[in-house]
Amino acid sequence: MSLVKISGLTVRLGGAVVLRDVDFSIDAGEIVTVVGPNGSGKSTLLRVIIGALRPEAGKVARAGGLRIGYVPQTLHIDPTLPMTVRRFLDLPGRVPDTAAAAALEEAGAGALAGRQMTRLSGGQFQRVLLARALLSRPDLLILDEATQGLDQPGSAAFYRKIAEVRDKLGCAVLMVSHELHVVMAASDRVICLNGHVCCEGEPEHVASAPEYRALFGTGTQGALALYRHEHTHRHDTEAAE
Amino acid sequence: MSLLDDFLVRAALAGIGVVLAAAPLGCFVVWRRMAYFGDATAHAAILGVALALAFQVSVFSGVLVVSLLMAVTVSGLTNRGYAMDTLLGVLAHSALAFGLVAVSFLQGVRVDLMAYLFGDILAVGRLDLAVIWGGAVLVLGLFWWRWSALLTATLNPDLAYAAGIDPRREQLALTLALALVVAVAIKVVGALLIAAMLIIPAATARPFAATPERMAFAAAAIGALSVLGGLQASLFWDTPTGPSIVCVAALLFALSSGAQVVVHRLRG
Repeated sequence: MSLVKISGLTVRLGGAVVLRDVDFSIDAGEIVTVVGPNGSGKSTLLRVIIGALRPEAGKVARAGGLRIGYVPQTLHIDPTLPMTVRRFLDLPGRVPDTAAAAALEEAGAGALAGRQMTRLSGGQFQRVLLARALLSRPDLLILDEATQGLDQPGSAAFYRKIAEVRDKLGCAVLMVSHELHVVMAASDRVICLNGHVCCEGEPEHVASAPEYRALFGTGTQGALALYRHEHTHRHDTEAAE
Repeated sequence: MSLLDDFLVRAALAGIGVVLAAAPLGCFVVWRRMAYFGDATAHAAILGVALALAFQVSVFSGVLVVSLLMAVTVSGLTNRGYAMDTLLGVLAHSALAFGLVAVSFLQGVRVDLMAYLFGDILAVGRLDLAVIWGGAVLVLGLFWWRWSALLTATLNPDLAYAAGIDPRREQLALTLALALVVAVAIKVVGALLIAAMLIIPAATARPFAATPERMAFAAAAIGALSVLGGLQASLFWDTPTGPSIVCVAALLFALSSGAQVVVHRLRG
């Protein structure tokens, strides 16, 4: 059953049509990545799904009682707002200390509970955002350019963490990213967006589709293969341990 | 009840009622950078005073209605992407100007304008006290009820949406709280200085707080200290009470900022 099903979606922002006639759905446990150039409506699509934007036309159906864990693209915390990591995890609802500690551990941010949010590094901040999203026991985890500001090893580690979390919690994951080769390889399905859905399917299918190549060129294919290689390699080492 | 016969006791209680309500609201005003928004709403109160006197309704309700209208207007314009500082500068001062002109039209009513501009805390009666504490309890109740949702919406609107919280509703709750605080505070510190009682205690509390809650509690304590200190000072030096309270708050702010600099230096 689909967690979210969207049909014929059209969104207008400040007079301009950002998304036109978009169909989209995501099933339980699926990892779906949305790729597309800047201004292609990727973030807009996510914001429609979380209910922050009203579509001009089309239907958005969410499964009853759907719990969404959302990791925003950026989160600016005003320096006048004191906020420890532990307190942040209590938003929007209080959680027991044990659950908070477990979520931090799960997101790889174990020792940070007492720190101020504004004092965290980019990578630590993203992990804390992930921990908070996990605390709601989401059916659907949504990440909007979650690795912005991380270096390449950092973002690769972050995506490995996401895959781990998915395997453990069984939640669906919907990501938007510009790091095509990294995210595409970790996805079950890729949607190439440019105001409308250009093409979609398994990563290999999309990477070789003419619509995708028209947008991104052919350069990413090699990188994709490279990442595939690393990916396998990692599993081998884990098995050996 | 003989204690309430003393005008100083009534003044202290009135001031403390106002700062208790202003503390959590002031924190949100600081966090959301709404200082000018508070100013515009407070300045509109003078127009409320004029209308209340003209239509012979209670000053409290006149101020409440006009402040609420102003706050809702500003809040609505915020979401439409106007250049806010300019717009608020226009609204804040024109509301004040229209209010002052409107007061001058009132015939047969002698209005002590100074009392509404700078407050008249020493003239607080039992009824005023009841209105102030009634309003303060309402505002505190609102914050108690919506605290987590307000914080989430303040951090990031999309984070709120994803958790099923409508940030526009939270903005409306803050708007309502602001109008209420202005309505209860006008008697105590006056329209011109209400924004000071919102912002200064919260800003003073910031360096000592690790969480939002502690900042709100510290702001309340600092506000109460300012009220008591300001009352004392105004008795001792025979100075106007409302401005004296704000002066004490400002001194505490200077101390807190100084302490913060020293601590930072010591930590290297």
